[in-house]
Amino acid sequence: MIAAMPDYQAAVDDFVTRLRRRQVEGSLITAKLTAELLRQVVSHQRLPNVGQAAVLIDVVKSVGLRMIAANPIAIAAANRSALRAPSLHNLLESIPDPVKTPEAPAASVGDSDSKSRSGDRNSVSWKLKHNVIEGITELLQDLDDYHTHVAEQALEHIHQNEVILTLGRSRSLLKFLLEAKKKRSFQVVVAEGAPRYQGHTLAKELAEKGLQTTVITDSAVFAMISRVNMVIIGAHAVMANGGVLAPVGMHMVALAARRHAVPFVVLAGVHKLCPQYPHKPYTLLNDMKSPAEVVEFGELSECFAAGTGDHTTYVVNPTFDYIPPDLVSIFITDTGGHNPSYVYRLIAEYYSPEDYFLQ
Amino acid sequence: MDSRRRAPVIGPKVRQVGFVTPNADSPGEGVMEKEAGNLTTNSPTPVTIAPTRPVIEIPHSLKADPVAVPSPSHRRGNEVDIPSAPTASYNPNDSVLDGSSLPSSKGGSTINDVYGSLVSESVAESSPLGRPTGSTVGAFAERVKQKTSDSAIGSAVIDGGVASGKPGKGSKANNRGIPALSSSDAKSSEAPADGSKPLKERTSKAERRAKQEADRAAKLAGKGTGGGAGGDPNAQTKNSKGKKDNAPEKKSVQAPEKKGSDKSSENQKKKEVPAPRLQFDDKERVAKSKRRSLVEQTETKNRVELFRHLPQFVYGTQLPSLEAKFFQDDAMHPHPAVYQVGLQYLTGDIVGGNARCVAMLMALRSMIIDYETPPEKTLVRDLVTRTNNHVNFLITCRPLSISMGNAIRLLKAKIAKLDPSLPEAEAKASLIADIDTFMLEKIVFADKEIVKHAVTKIRDGDVVLTHGYSSVVEMILVRAKEMGKKFRVVVIDSRPKLEGRRLLRSLLSKDIHCTYTHTNAVPYIMQEVTRVFLGAASVLANGTVYARVGTACVAMVAHSCGVPVMICCETYKFHERVQLDSITSNELGDPDALVKVAGRKESALEGWADNEHLQLLNLTYDATPADYVSMIITELGMVPPTSVPVILREYRKEPAV
Repeated sequence: MIAAMPDYQAAVDDFVTRLRRRQVEGSLITAKLTAELLRQVVSHQRLPNVGQAAVLIDVVKSVGLRMIAANPIAIAAANRSALRAPSLHNLLESIPDPVKTPEAPAASVGDSDSKSRSGDRNSVSWKLKHNVIEGITELLQDLDDYHTHVAEQALEHIHQNEVILTLGRSRSLLKFLLEAKKKRSFQVVVAEGAPRYQGHTLAKELAEKGLQTTVITDSAVFAMISRVNMVIIGAHAVMANGGVLAPVGMHMVALAARRHAVPFVVLAGVHKLCPQYPHKPYTLLNDMKSPAEVVEFGELSECFAAGTGDHTTYVVNPTFDYIPPDLVSIFITDTGGHNPSYVYRLIAEYYSPEDYFLQ
Repeated sequence: MDSRRRAPVIGPKVRQVGFVTPNADSPGEGVMEKEAGNLTTNSPTPVTIAPTRPVIEIPHSLKADPVAVPSPSHRRGNEVDIPSAPTASYNPNDSVLDGSSLPSSKGGSTINDVYGSLVSESVAESSPLGRPTGSTVGAFAERVKQKTSDSAIGSAVIDGGVASGKPGKGSKANNRGIPALSSSDAKSSEAPADGSKPLKERTSKAERRAKQEADRAAKLAGKGTGGGAGGDPNAQTKNSKGKKDNAPEKKSVQAPEKKGSDKSSENQKKKEVPAPRLQFDDKERVAKSKRRSLVEQTETKNRVELFRHLPQFVYGTQLPSLEAKFFQDDAMHPHPAVYQVGLQYLTGDIVGGNARCVAMLMALRSMIIDYETPPEKTLVRDLVTRTNNHVNFLITCRPLSISMGNAIRLLKAKIAKLDPSLPEAEAKASLIADIDTFMLEKIVFADKEIVKHAVTKIRDGDVVLTHGYSSVVEMILVRAKEMGKKFRVVVIDSRPKLEGRRLLRSLLSKDIHCTYTHTNAVPYIMQEVTRVFLGAASVLANGTVYARVGTACVAMVAHSCGVPVMICCETYKFHERVQLDSITSNELGDPDALVKVAGRKESALEGWADNEHLQLLNLTYDATPADYVSMIITELGMVPPTSVPVILREYRKEPAV
């Protein structure tokens, strides 16, 4: 396929291994690292004289496939955006025919930079790489900034003396709430979010900033939600039908919110969009972690020791929950608020159709 | 009301309530089975009420008297005959209530030793004394009236006090009875505190009655109509026991002279409305109750505003003062058995509605056995006072569960109805017989019935999901396994109590194939589940299921996935109050229990109390709406949640009569 370039190959291998071992977790981190890695790949890749864009695309795809194989879920969203080959595809259009002006599809990061360059091939090849790298850099910038854009909309949604419920911890949510706190006073109820218990961390952070916070167990969500005005969560990924991949426990919160007619708001940066449609999401789009997080081995062995005979016990520890689109009231992204039914349009904007499936 | 009960509802055929399994194993199903033959398709029968009570399957000796006052010799003899039905291996000593298989450290001792001793003691006891089954109208009327009018403790606490028997409510109610008593000092000829009683000369009953009425009339005149709610809750508590604020009250008070049973039935009518509970944000009443309480407790800081109406004390602060008081020689100081049970509640060694109720009844039983009427006092009144004190003590250890509240209410009613002419030994024996009957009938046999119904709902290939630990659900699953059904179980657990592990342990010891996970993963696992069995602390009159926190979440997810939800609950746990959400009444647990996460050395929430903006909320119960529940399995059959008030009305009257 592509001549192996030892410089970046080691980096790719390292990243892939870390993905497989789940040492890299979280959509933002994954996206950033993926983007940086791709930037490295692109900059080191030597391009032949002809068909450069195709070569680049192939390289990126091969790297991407390896990453997806390592951790399908983390990559499902993050990688997609980083692998936004639309920029490459546009370049592909532009290169063979220097005259044709590439049409950058709307608003994709870095796409608009795919200016068509006419000129000799060397300069073209250099510029192609340059454009792509610029595009990726802008993408990275976006990943850093999207919190701010999302948080800017906080004041429109959170009002005085409201009670907000959330589960677990999300960085965009933290910024969102702190932004609203500057002008309004309200309370937050945080459910712990077993088995990671990141809700504890979020509650501590919020309380330190002076927000009235109450920590509850996940089982108490239904009990408390009758007094809650809004549920706001951060998503791990947003699927093409508007469904949400979120940390485990969110589906229950969404059901309880619908029962009590509480708006269910999902914060998602555009980089979390995924062009895949979720088939059997609980099984195929899930990550089963070690049972040790749920029950310590000592406990379980005590249970086994208590009896005789053939024991079969399964301890399930899924990482993600799938929330169907009809339970979501609104998505707040860095480009504004959207309905779940609008997500497919966003995907069309940011992805070219050839890239929906990496194979 | 009597006439309504006597007249058969429809013809001579006795209908059962709700769904009943047509093919039960045991032959002696009694009346319930009469119709089973007709129910070839097991189609739903209208929920009609049997005209007389003995449709419950109880051993023939107990069936004789609907109010369950059997000739004691029979009953004694039958103690060992109990396991007649071939369903659950229901030798009481072998019952799953017997927690001997559970490691004691993990809150294992439930009804184990407690119940074992019940059987042995009752068999050993040899007081074949009968109880007055009926009472002559005249004397009884006097007695009843005396009780209600004179002793504010008696009835107020019986109905108003522990009417709800809920956590947080119980203490208020009981204490309300006592401050009510003190404030009514002027009125009542009975002295509130035990100490003053011996000093007072015993006037004749008629004189006291006359004085009572005069006082009451004066009070009513002074109060005027519709005295404000603020100052009057105390007064109203006394009134709730049957006196009303207006004229008809006097008539009803005088009427019993003619018809004693009428009076008690009127009392019950008034009592039917559960009296308002003590709300802990009501400062004056809290202060009053504090003065009366046996134990000092410090309130936690960082309380959640929404739950200010519920008590929350710092855990562990009760212990030192409890220990200090233990050796005081005081009339108020609790009997050692009660003290022990209280400590077990405090530490969490005994948990669960049935276990706590049985433990408490056994402790009160010991108290009654050891009880001696002090000179110059009547057994009835003094025993009620004693019982109240002990119950207050238990409340300070841990707020009452609804099952306990109902049992106490019954016990006090029984005490109140004792014939005062009985010698002490006989009275005590009859009380003990009542307690034993209650436990046997309402808990042990009821559980047997529930298991019998419920196992028919488990088929081969089923995946049964349950939440936390419920003694009844455990019995059902064990029984189904014994019957050879092939099924597997999913156990859902929730923090911080992690009671599901106890169930997991016991199921594994019976070789049942289990899956274990936490509450958040319920939507994931619900795809494979075919049945959901849940236990309950209580079912309320509007069909709401009041159960361990997390039950509502499980029921909601099951409902959204179309999985039937079955609640298994004995009828003695039903309660006539209504509740719409989990906030109006609940029990607040120790917030520090949330801080520590199993398997981690450090917690992010260390030092949470220092931050005034951070609160931790540890709810114990939650309320599951009735529409999530497919059916409730009780010993009377399998009923929809809408039948609960019917059962309450028709079947709960009897024990009080």
